[in-house]
Amino acid sequence: MEETKFTPQTWPDKPEQATPEAKNKFVGIWIFICSDITLFASVFATYLSLKDKGPAGMEFSAAELFELPLAFVMTMLLLTSSLTSVYAMYHMKNYNFKGVQIWMTITVLLGLGFLALEIYEFYHYVHIGFGYTQSAFSSAFFTLVGTHGLHVVVGLVWIVCLIVRNAKRGLNLYNAPKYYAASIFWHFIDVVWVFIFTVVYLMGVLG
Amino acid sequence: MSSVAVANKKGFGATLWDYLTTVDHKKLGVMYLLAGTLFFAIAGLEALFMRIQLMFPNNDFVSAGTFNELLTMHGTTMLFLAATPLLFGFMNAVVPLQIGARDVAFPFLNSLGFWLFFLGAIFLHLSFFLGGAPDAGWTSYASLSLYSPGHGIDFYVLGLQISGAGTLISGINFIVTIITMRAPGMTFMRMPLFTWTTLITSALILFAFPPLTVALFFMLVDRMFGANFFDHINGGNTIIWEHLFWIFGHPEVYILVLPAFGLFSEIIPVFARKRLFGYSSMVFATILIGFLGFMVWAHHMFTTGLGPTANAIFAVSTMAIAVPTGMKVFNWILTIWGGSIKVTVPMLYALGFIPSFVAGGVTGVMQATAPLDYQLHDSYFIVAHFHYVIVGGIVLAIFGSMHFYWPIMFNRALNETLGKWTFWFFFIGFHLTFFIQHFLGLMGMPRRVFTYQADQGWDLFNFISSIGAIMMAIGVLILVFNIIISAKSKPLNCRDYWGDGRSLEWALKTPVPFYNFKQTPLVRGYDPYWLEKHEGNEEGMTYAEPLGDIHMPNNSVLPLVMSIGLFVAAFGALYHPDGVAWSIPVIIIGLAITVGAMIVRSLKDDLGFHVHVEEIVATEEQLYGKGGNK
Repeated sequence: MEETKFTPQTWPDKPEQATPEAKNKFVGIWIFICSDITLFASVFATYLSLKDKGPAGMEFSAAELFELPLAFVMTMLLLTSSLTSVYAMYHMKNYNFKGVQIWMTITVLLGLGFLALEIYEFYHYVHIGFGYTQSAFSSAFFTLVGTHGLHVVVGLVWIVCLIVRNAKRGLNLYNAPKYYAASIFWHFIDVVWVFIFTVVYLMGVLG
Repeated sequence: MSSVAVANKKGFGATLWDYLTTVDHKKLGVMYLLAGTLFFAIAGLEALFMRIQLMFPNNDFVSAGTFNELLTMHGTTMLFLAATPLLFGFMNAVVPLQIGARDVAFPFLNSLGFWLFFLGAIFLHLSFFLGGAPDAGWTSYASLSLYSPGHGIDFYVLGLQISGAGTLISGINFIVTIITMRAPGMTFMRMPLFTWTTLITSALILFAFPPLTVALFFMLVDRMFGANFFDHINGGNTIIWEHLFWIFGHPEVYILVLPAFGLFSEIIPVFARKRLFGYSSMVFATILIGFLGFMVWAHHMFTTGLGPTANAIFAVSTMAIAVPTGMKVFNWILTIWGGSIKVTVPMLYALGFIPSFVAGGVTGVMQATAPLDYQLHDSYFIVAHFHYVIVGGIVLAIFGSMHFYWPIMFNRALNETLGKWTFWFFFIGFHLTFFIQHFLGLMGMPRRVFTYQADQGWDLFNFISSIGAIMMAIGVLILVFNIIISAKSKPLNCRDYWGDGRSLEWALKTPVPFYNFKQTPLVRGYDPYWLEKHEGNEEGMTYAEPLGDIHMPNNSVLPLVMSIGLFVAAFGALYHPDGVAWSIPVIIIGLAITVGAMIVRSLKDDLGFHVHVEEIVATEEQLYGKGGNK
């Protein structure tokens, strides 16, 4: 059944739910995201309770540490990458495999840009003495933002694997739900970042 | 690959390989059952050692340190590594059959979930041989465990992290299975109660396990990599552990007890030979318990000092849970009421369960009263309460369901007479052990003490309690004997062993072929098999499709490889604080094995295989003789 050759005319409306296996993947990724939300909620709660807490006389505080311009650039990169993954899904629904691959590649590049800035940011903090073991605040900050960063890495590896493995196979009903699940995961990462931007950076700068 | 070959004699190696790589929900169910039984036996022995130590005042059977290890490992093992897998065993074995599915939604993840759980459990138990088990109680409060010397706590953190990931994966799998893979006609309000409770339990797992993962991660980096989440000198706060642990820990209780409710809701109608009373209110109560389960975690922390407002809110929400639970109890009683009751072993367990569990529930409401909890906290009253809930609810459900589902899982029956011996030894022993502990608690005996002074009025009660524990052990030994002789007994090769089966799993002739129903059944109402029987359908079920090729998933060894990778990485992390040179390389190698296996899985096409009609006919003839599954 997977060998069927499709044309844009015979390609189903919802390729991500067209087979029973696809439907399982579709429901599965949403259910997984539910549990991931709880994971982030726990880390967010911990961050909020440990914000600015450290050894007596700690010189670091969120208000002085965080800078909005860098966080703004990172936010823009990630939001745009979410948009490009939407374009990829648009082309998937129209059975345009080339469009899928191109827009997914752009998504990966934007994600890499985000990651590079995050690594720079972490490096900078460690350099000025705000390392992981410095205080409860630093542990909570690096864990929260780092958990998000790890999700970005996982998402990137996932999408790169998809692009590489399907380069020669083209689009079919077996891999369409995989692309779809990866893009949903990528949107989720984006939404979490919006919360990090608000809770860590905006609320941090406001004091 | 196809299980037709299983019926023929296979070599030991081939059989072992088959089980290491299987993705069949029925085999994984058996594996969960075996693994759960192993850890149940270990944790049971630990309990027995504790009771022997407490049999007499100033006893020196074990040292204080060993006693701490015993009580920690008893609690941890029983909850995470015995009760959970035993219930998962039944879920795996029964739920896909109950909804008329060929397998679970993600057979590969099902296998991964099992191996993560199993290797995490093995890792935790290696602590006994590698410098001492964890000793901060199953709750492992950060104030106790953060600076606990040795590697015990590290084993706890890493072992539970790995096995917790397995549980979460299985939970997601069951939710998707129940949402997408129900047979035609099986609407949500026609699902058997065990399927319903599995769904709600899986949803609880979904939201409860991530906070545990986070808490364990904090503990891991605090102890092994110098972070400061719980260290107050550097601004940390140990109460964060308590909150995260109980946000997980209280739902965990419902994760275990809801499937137990579901199992009894299957057993009682079969042996009362009456439709389950108040089906829709049972469903509603299950959902409500699941929801309220997340609203009550701070009742474990009344004495932490959260203030009267928090205590009042959590006290009220805790009492509210008694309402849906009470609905369930009344529904069970009203199902039995006026039924044509057959007192078999599973029914005995159900009849024993109702009063025992109610007793546990009533003491629960007592503790929900925050001012009274200040008196009861950390006393033997608490120990008595949660053993009434867990043993009186969950363990009785597991034993009863073993008898109930043994014919479907193994195509053998457990002996009824021996089963009754087990029940009476276990049931009387259970009440003897724990009923009296309520009074020990009220008389002031604190929990988790390794010994006590004579002549405080505790001597006789402790002695009686220990005698009860020995009776429970005898009951379990009889059950083990029962299982051994059942393995030697003749295969049943029958349909509907109890004669009054109601849901889909009883419509199948045993042994169940690897593809379950050869044609997907058509569900025409609640209790579908009962319905067909009463309309005189000799074939078992009406089918929703003609006999055709069946699509089945491939076996895979990758789940085992992924789990071994994490197992290896855990050793690296464990010895990291000792400053050994190989710790970071071992972490990297272990994670590389896991990630590598994931990438292999991602890059390879896995389309499964088709069982053709001729093969199906041949399989059916081989299993059931001429005529197949008629």
